[in-house]
Amino acid sequence: MNLDFDQIIPSLPFILNGILVTLRFTLLSALFGFTLGTLLSLLKISNIKPLKWFAEFYTSIFRGTPLILQLALVYFATPQLIGYKISPIEAGVFTFSLNSAAYSSETIRAGIMAVDKGQREASMSLGVPYRPMMLDIILPQAFKNILPALVNETIALLKDSALVSTIGVLDLMRRAQVVAGQTFLYFEPLLVVGVIYYVMVMGLTQAANVLERRMRRSD
Amino acid sequence: MIRIEHLVKSFGPLEVLKDISTEVDSGEVVAIIGPSGSGKSTLLRCINLLEVPTAGHIFVGGIDITSPKCDILKVRQNVGMVFQHFNLFPHKTVMGNLTYAPMKVRGLSKADASKIAMDLLNKVGLAEKADQYPSRLSGGQKQRVAIARALAMEPDVMLFDEPTSALDPEMVKEVLDVMKALVRTGITMAIVTHEMGFAREVANRVLFLDGGYLVEDAPPDVFFSAPKSDRAQQFLEKVL
Repeated sequence: MNLDFDQIIPSLPFILNGILVTLRFTLLSALFGFTLGTLLSLLKISNIKPLKWFAEFYTSIFRGTPLILQLALVYFATPQLIGYKISPIEAGVFTFSLNSAAYSSETIRAGIMAVDKGQREASMSLGVPYRPMMLDIILPQAFKNILPALVNETIALLKDSALVSTIGVLDLMRRAQVVAGQTFLYFEPLLVVGVIYYVMVMGLTQAANVLERRMRRSD
Repeated sequence: MIRIEHLVKSFGPLEVLKDISTEVDSGEVVAIIGPSGSGKSTLLRCINLLEVPTAGHIFVGGIDITSPKCDILKVRQNVGMVFQHFNLFPHKTVMGNLTYAPMKVRGLSKADASKIAMDLLNKVGLAEKADQYPSRLSGGQKQRVAIARALAMEPDVMLFDEPTSALDPEMVKEVLDVMKALVRTGITMAIVTHEMGFAREVANRVLFLDGGYLVEDAPPDVFFSAPKSDRAQQFLEKVL
């Protein structure tokens, strides 16, 4: 074994800059994904059949096909389809948001169903309309219950974000490959970004623990 | 205040309420009693449309709440409800529970809503719990907060769905005392209860339901001392 980290030290700033790209990509995708996922979950529990079917069909499509295929479709087919030259980062966030929405909508749906129906009845009996009831009473309790599952989903997003390196986004993964190409060293740069991913996931887990403790204040 | 005309409620093939007609005057206190499964709670829950009637009409304050044109949110603001299992909002403090609907629904300012809430908390004897979360309260305290929460909307009618059934025996009295104080304010009340002594003491009228039928509708003295129907006689023999 002859590891030579010295050679990649000049490239370290280049790699480290990828942290921001990956982090921003993950947070944007999680934000859009969970928002869309919440809307989908509301459709799934609604009494209006066509809306329900739509949400279920949507979920089946995004769960039933590979993420990397969806990514390639959005990136390569969008210019062909509507003539818009979509940037790799746009295509990535768009695909990951849609995909994450499909998964998280199921989690959020379960979270809403798990909130005691008395909460809904109490809100209704006070004359609270549907929207504030959902936003102020039901969803906060639902999100508290499913926080660990959503953290899992965010971690999955963070790691899967490496897939966008395949369409040319200069994220952590891609940067490791670039450095490897320049130095003809593979093990060192890949090991470095591996450690970075791991540290990021640990940081996310810690942040989630703090958040969870804060939310348990009312218990 | 409340008029019920030929009310029928079915859950699928199961008919839970069968042609119920009655009236509750303004300021009247009505106890609804009967064996479990007789439809008492369903009847109560129809009055604020937590259950949608299958047929018949219900008028609250002169408004037909079964009419499709009726703004049910408006009606519900005027009809408070207290549940067997309290249903307090666990993620809000006691104060937050009391001020939420007045601010969100009636559009009161935080100061006004807090003033009403503090007043009510004093009345139910829980002013010092204003900043606590419901999980820190005993069952009796929770139910008193729930009563105060419903009253914070300043309704004309209060519905109670077995308010003491989920309580430890030693906490029943504190809740009943709050309800007795409420009776003296002259608010219209409909109470589903198993507390026969309480019903006898505070109710102006007793409705006895059995198998979905309104079997008796009488003043408590008459009902408890000389029930007309066999079914009510049997029921009272068991519970008294």
